[in-house]
Amino acid sequence: MKHASLFFAALALCFGLFVTAAHAIDPLPFKDRAEEVRFQKLTRQLRCLVCQNQDLADSDADLAKDLRKQVFDMMREGKSDDEIKAFLVARYNDFVLYDPPLKPGTYLLWFTPFALVAIGAVVVLRILRRRARQATGETVTRGASNNGDDDW
Amino acid sequence: MNRLLPLLAFLALIGLLGFGMWWNTRHETNEVPSPLIGKPAPEFKLPFLYDSAKALSKNDLLGKPYLVNVFGSWCATCQYEHPILTQSVKPLGIKLIGLNWKDQPDDAKRWLQQFGDPYDAILADPDGRTGIDFGVYMAPESFLVDAQGVIRYKRIGMFTPELIESELKPQLAKLQQGSP
Repeated sequence: MKHASLFFAALALCFGLFVTAAHAIDPLPFKDRAEEVRFQKLTRQLRCLVCQNQDLADSDADLAKDLRKQVFDMMREGKSDDEIKAFLVARYNDFVLYDPPLKPGTYLLWFTPFALVAIGAVVVLRILRRRARQATGETVTRGASNNGDDDW
Repeated sequence: MNRLLPLLAFLALIGLLGFGMWWNTRHETNEVPSPLIGKPAPEFKLPFLYDSAKALSKNDLLGKPYLVNVFGSWCATCQYEHPILTQSVKPLGIKLIGLNWKDQPDDAKRWLQQFGDPYDAILADPDGRTGIDFGVYMAPESFLVDAQGVIRYKRIGMFTPELIESELKPQLAKLQQGSP
């Protein structure tokens, strides 16, 4: 009996927690589905500044709640997505955008991966060419004294 | 030589990792530099904490430099910063404006009663809109605004006596040079 009441108390506590978690993401009065989808899409592209690896849509931080409200209000004022982003960037830097914009300061960030792939391709090509040369030149001696050194 | 190449590449990676670790000990990795430095402070008009019928705007403050300190009674670090503001910032003679950010006025008043009030004026920003305009994302934060209303410097996090010496004082000196 005692166990049962304890169990129910625990159960009630769990549900209580779920309820508060659901309420932490503030319900906004969207007028239709399209507006909600636009809001969700936009807040997924924006970073929460408090817990910096979360987007604005996901974050439970108090400031994220305020910023969601800000985004929502600006949408209602008829501002475009770009205007809302510019508003936040003017206050919080490019850092609020999950996708860093392409500009001279971010060239390194954007192009280093491509440069690395290009370097890798050149290296692979050179190795392949050398092997091709060795294969044609050493077909006779192959097997007897293969220089395994290069075969890593 | 070719056999050593992977080892060298690996050592280079280790070197990069070591550099990253060293870098992170010397930098606040979650500090977001404000794009507002060197730009006019946002317009604001906020009620006084102690007299909500009256308000103070950016225009009222033009003509003299001032330091805006963002605080809240809910902010634990603000408690540590508070005596430092009283002991080390107040004697510098700069006008100190408290921005009571996202706070209940009654909580803020009780908090100030307990820890003391170093501010020349305290403005209440309960819904945090002015804070957002300033790009505030945590507390405490401080903004140094010059006589023309331009933000000159921002401190994210609390002031320490060391930071007051190494950052705030040189900034104040620069302001005085600018307008003798």
